[in-house]
Amino acid sequence: MAEIIDSAKKGVEKVLPKSDRKKYEEAKAKWEKELSGAENLDGRKFITVSGVPIKPMYTPDDVAGKDFMAEVGFPGQYPYTRGVHAEMYRKRLWTQRLFSGMGNARQTNERYHFLLSQGQMGLSVAFDLPTLMGYDSDHHFSRGEVGKCGVAVDSLKDMEIIFDGIDLGKISTSMTINAPAAIILAMYVAVGEKKGVPSEQLTGTLQNDILKEFIAQKEWVFPPLPHMRLIVDTIEFGTYHMPKWNTISISGYHIREAGATAVQELAYTLADGFAYIEAAMRRGLDVDQFAPRLSLFFNSHLDFFEEIAKYRAARRIWARRLREKYNAKNERSWLMRFHTQTAGVSLTAQQPENNIVRVGWQAMAGALGGTQSLHTNSMDETLALPSEKAALIALRTQQLIALESGVTNTIDPLAGSYFVEALTDQMEAEAEKIFAEIEKLGGVLAGIEKGYFQREIAKSAYEYQKQVEKKERIVVGVNEFVMDDKIEIPLLEIDESVEIEQIESLRQLRQARDNQRVQTTLAALKAACEDESQNLMPYLIECSKAYATLGEMVDVMREVFGEYLEPPMF
Amino acid sequence: MEKIRVLLAKPGLDGHDRGIKVIAAALRDAGMEVIYTGLRQTPEQVVNAAIQEDVRFVGMSILSGAHMTLFPAVAKLLKEKGADKNVHLFGGGIIPDQDVGKLTAAGVGKVFTPGASTEDIVKYIRETAATMTDEPLV
Repeated sequence: MAEIIDSAKKGVEKVLPKSDRKKYEEAKAKWEKELSGAENLDGRKFITVSGVPIKPMYTPDDVAGKDFMAEVGFPGQYPYTRGVHAEMYRKRLWTQRLFSGMGNARQTNERYHFLLSQGQMGLSVAFDLPTLMGYDSDHHFSRGEVGKCGVAVDSLKDMEIIFDGIDLGKISTSMTINAPAAIILAMYVAVGEKKGVPSEQLTGTLQNDILKEFIAQKEWVFPPLPHMRLIVDTIEFGTYHMPKWNTISISGYHIREAGATAVQELAYTLADGFAYIEAAMRRGLDVDQFAPRLSLFFNSHLDFFEEIAKYRAARRIWARRLREKYNAKNERSWLMRFHTQTAGVSLTAQQPENNIVRVGWQAMAGALGGTQSLHTNSMDETLALPSEKAALIALRTQQLIALESGVTNTIDPLAGSYFVEALTDQMEAEAEKIFAEIEKLGGVLAGIEKGYFQREIAKSAYEYQKQVEKKERIVVGVNEFVMDDKIEIPLLEIDESVEIEQIESLRQLRQARDNQRVQTTLAALKAACEDESQNLMPYLIECSKAYATLGEMVDVMREVFGEYLEPPMF
Repeated sequence: MEKIRVLLAKPGLDGHDRGIKVIAAALRDAGMEVIYTGLRQTPEQVVNAAIQEDVRFVGMSILSGAHMTLFPAVAKLLKEKGADKNVHLFGGGIIPDQDVGKLTAAGVGKVFTPGASTEDIVKYIRETAATMTDEPLV
């Protein structure tokens, strides 16, 4: 296959000698004639889940003129279209990492021990909404939300329990938190220190991507600028003190879930990444000091080939920008490592067992796209937090793909497919158009302030819903093959006692800790917030060690930075 | 005929607004007047907005699992302010079947769960509006 594309460099003629060219044209014409009568009798539309029209078949014409070395190449080599490592899954499988966390720290710790005992390779912490928004469990905004969609973390005490009995020097931890990400990172450093693991040895990822929060998931606290300062603080701190830690996971997942198309997900996410790079460079950091530790996070949606093309295009765009625009010299800065999560939004509450199958091929798309780690959704996620059984099936799905399907035997098996290569090129070209649009608006921050991303995403989401309702798009079990009888599956319930106990535990903490030390460290944090030249990480670590709460730290910062309100629009 | 006025709200901390924005666009396209509160409203803010905007319907979307706290809180406040006769409360989100009955008992007229079509919601609002007497609000 490689030879075919290689020789397609100078046109289809190379692939097909002149003598064969005639036969090719004749065969193609014959096929086209036969096709025109038979196609589309049942009214289906041949478009991707993002609305991109797909041809009935792809041929050498679709990759004519392609420069193999410049556009495809070899894995572990620029432009990394085929993967970031030379060996890919032959050396090491992707990290099987299920995002979980619920109720209180103790329950979450138990789930982690269970998942690790079942072969999971890394931890991924889901926090509850109050924690994500920077509120303590006893704040009135936290009513009814404590421990509901993740674990409640009020202070270092909770972090100590969550990671009890887990070797942070060996297990890598991914933490999905954004607005108060720097605080959670500070607590993790403090917990590591208590366990005798210095920050230099900690491995894992902090999501820490505020731009996609403003664009899609809407969990922010401060205005964009102070948030950007905090992110650059963590990047800078990581550069000097956490060389194995991914300080930011630039996320398209939530952008896609909010309704974006595959191309929008690709372009907005990479644009966010470039905005962080530029901000860190403005701080005076050399791009090669921090870019190797940036990682990305994409969705794996329903359209199998479109997703694979998206990952391949993303690696190529990233490598090109890093090398050509930001002048990165270190090869590790060029390669785009990414995490994948299957599309929560594609799951249906109807006939939930069908979701196991959806997750299966979405996960396989991630594997064929060369992901470094993968979260597979549980079949019951449209109904509640995953039950233990559903989470186990999701983990087994990854193990089946990795060890039984054979897709990990060879690297980037779809390279050279006329279709996949053409779709990869198309993705890149469309993304470049969106980059130009964002540029014209004045960059990502200006785009957010103008509501550009929010509007475009809402438009795509509405379009999608209309297609489903007109049955232009079939959703099995929802608008076709509908069943009346309900299938009962056991759900996980978080009872109210979690909130009551968490609040009580917080009350005890506030009494037992050295409150003088808390006040001193918080005052130092406030002064540092007011001084733009200070990196806030060391101050946050001191507050954490003093058992200051997350809410107390956020309050101090809010006093200096203010809050952000989004104008409602639809 | 006067346009049906609907307030759409996201109470609580949940920022997942894809669903409510789709509903807002669909109700607008169906000829209704839609007021969207934006994110992070307290029950008090939702009820005050409903009264100030003189709406007949309040629709809320909650995907975070806090529905058993926030829906009853809004229903109770509407009642306390004497607005429950004129304002009809409905909603949707990630809400398990076993909670739907409890929410209707707490004063939520109808709960739409994943897979509900915007047409169903439009139809439901129109049919309910036809049964409502047009008394002035307090």
